[in-house]
Amino acid sequence: MSHHIMEFKDVFFRYPDGTEALNGVSFRITHGECVGIVGANGAGKSTLLMQMNGYMLPSDGAVTIGDLQLTKKTRLEIRKKVGVVFQNPDDQLFMPTVYDDVAFGPLNLEMSAERVKERVTEALQTVGCLHLREKPPHHLSGGQKRAVAIATVIAMAPDILVMDEPSSNLDPKSRRYLIRLLNGFNHTKIIATHDLDFILEVCKRCIVIKDGRIVADGSVSDILTDKVLLEENNLELPLSVQNTGRSS
Amino acid sequence: MSFDEQYFKLGYIDTLSYKNTFIHRLDPRTKVIATLAFVVTVVSFSKYAITGLVPFFLFPVLMFALGDIPVWFILRKVLVVSVFAVFVGMFNPLFDSRVMFSFHGLQVTGGWISFLSIILKFLLTISAALLLIATTSFPGICHALRKLGVPELFICQLLFLYRYIFVLMEEAMRMVRAREMRSFGARGQGLRTFVSLIGTLFLRTIERAERIYQSMLSRGFTGTMHIAKAYRFGGSDLVCLAVTGIALFILRTYDIVGIIGKQAERMF
Repeated sequence: MSHHIMEFKDVFFRYPDGTEALNGVSFRITHGECVGIVGANGAGKSTLLMQMNGYMLPSDGAVTIGDLQLTKKTRLEIRKKVGVVFQNPDDQLFMPTVYDDVAFGPLNLEMSAERVKERVTEALQTVGCLHLREKPPHHLSGGQKRAVAIATVIAMAPDILVMDEPSSNLDPKSRRYLIRLLNGFNHTKIIATHDLDFILEVCKRCIVIKDGRIVADGSVSDILTDKVLLEENNLELPLSVQNTGRSS
Repeated sequence: MSFDEQYFKLGYIDTLSYKNTFIHRLDPRTKVIATLAFVVTVVSFSKYAITGLVPFFLFPVLMFALGDIPVWFILRKVLVVSVFAVFVGMFNPLFDSRVMFSFHGLQVTGGWISFLSIILKFLLTISAALLLIATTSFPGICHALRKLGVPELFICQLLFLYRYIFVLMEEAMRMVRAREMRSFGARGQGLRTFVSLIGTLFLRTIERAERIYQSMLSRGFTGTMHIAKAYRFGGSDLVCLAVTGIALFILRTYDIVGIIGKQAERMF
């Protein structure tokens, strides 16, 4: 299925103040892949994610989602295909109740009332939060907020899920739940995080970026065991890898 | 009173609106219209009206009872704001010294009567407004206002206000706490730190607004905030509105307390 593909070709991005955030990024992510994006603070991860649904347009180069090239005109269409889960659920959940929030996207897609109801119920059921539907977001716990934030995005049935630090601020149980949830999805997934153990459990492929360039792109098992590469990028071996190293 | 306490009080009036009583179950439109009618009727009384106003306390009392709302909580709020009403009416007794009647030698001037009238009107209207909020969820009120023709832009603003006042206050609370931890005694509590604290809060708010807008766009926002929940304007709403309307009309046209007083006078 060609519409689940995301391709970056030589993408540059310069902020208005002159900061070069992306310096020629190229990669191709195909249907059903799950890719972790790692890098030091300020390496350009967030900027990269913002290109994916057209919140920012590349200064140079091309971003293609499915058969559509990202431009000012196509970005509304692209936002239907690419669902972004933001780092802070308080930014994502802006409606007065959970139900309204999950319904926000589908209603904007101008679906019928019954269809919206179906979608919302389904999405909330998937993340196990159906019982919270009448609650206002400020009465939810951190883990619940995160789950609902994911529901708001999957209710729009995107082809590609993009997440920024999904495991931050979660207690271990909620984190485990999230891992199981994500492994149950068959969307194409792109996850930017510093939680390398999380990537180890969810992704097959990993991209390392540094100063707006890709410095490594390969299988998780190769990259997340490369101590030198990781330390060059302000990262370290995932804890689970460190432990097995010690016992063997 | 500390910032933390204030924050939790704000949360409390919000939790009240999630109760499930007869009053809470009414359609928000009914309550908005009834409250509006009530306020307008009360305000329409002449400036010397007192006896006519007294029966109107029946409405708040009924709301308190049927809505299971803690009386002291609302009354305290009313008292806090009542300072304004006192200021508004304060000079009436000085300017209007026309003697209206004398009561066992005590001369009562028009100023005092109109002062009392202002206080009564104030108590009635403010408690009605607070009771509306305590018995109706905020999204419900927004929905009612939208149905009654208030422009979409204002509704959006109100919905965001409701959603982010809690986030904003939590952020402010964290900053205030952090300041208290590191300021020993009066040092660091001064106006200068306060100003920079507010400044930081403002900048953070702008950044947050940017991120929220981003997340709205990524979910296809084009200018309207839809509310999915369907409210139903049912039979009990109609009855409530009718009863309120008739009661307001009767109390406005007939001075019930005055009539009872005259009857009593005739009997003794």
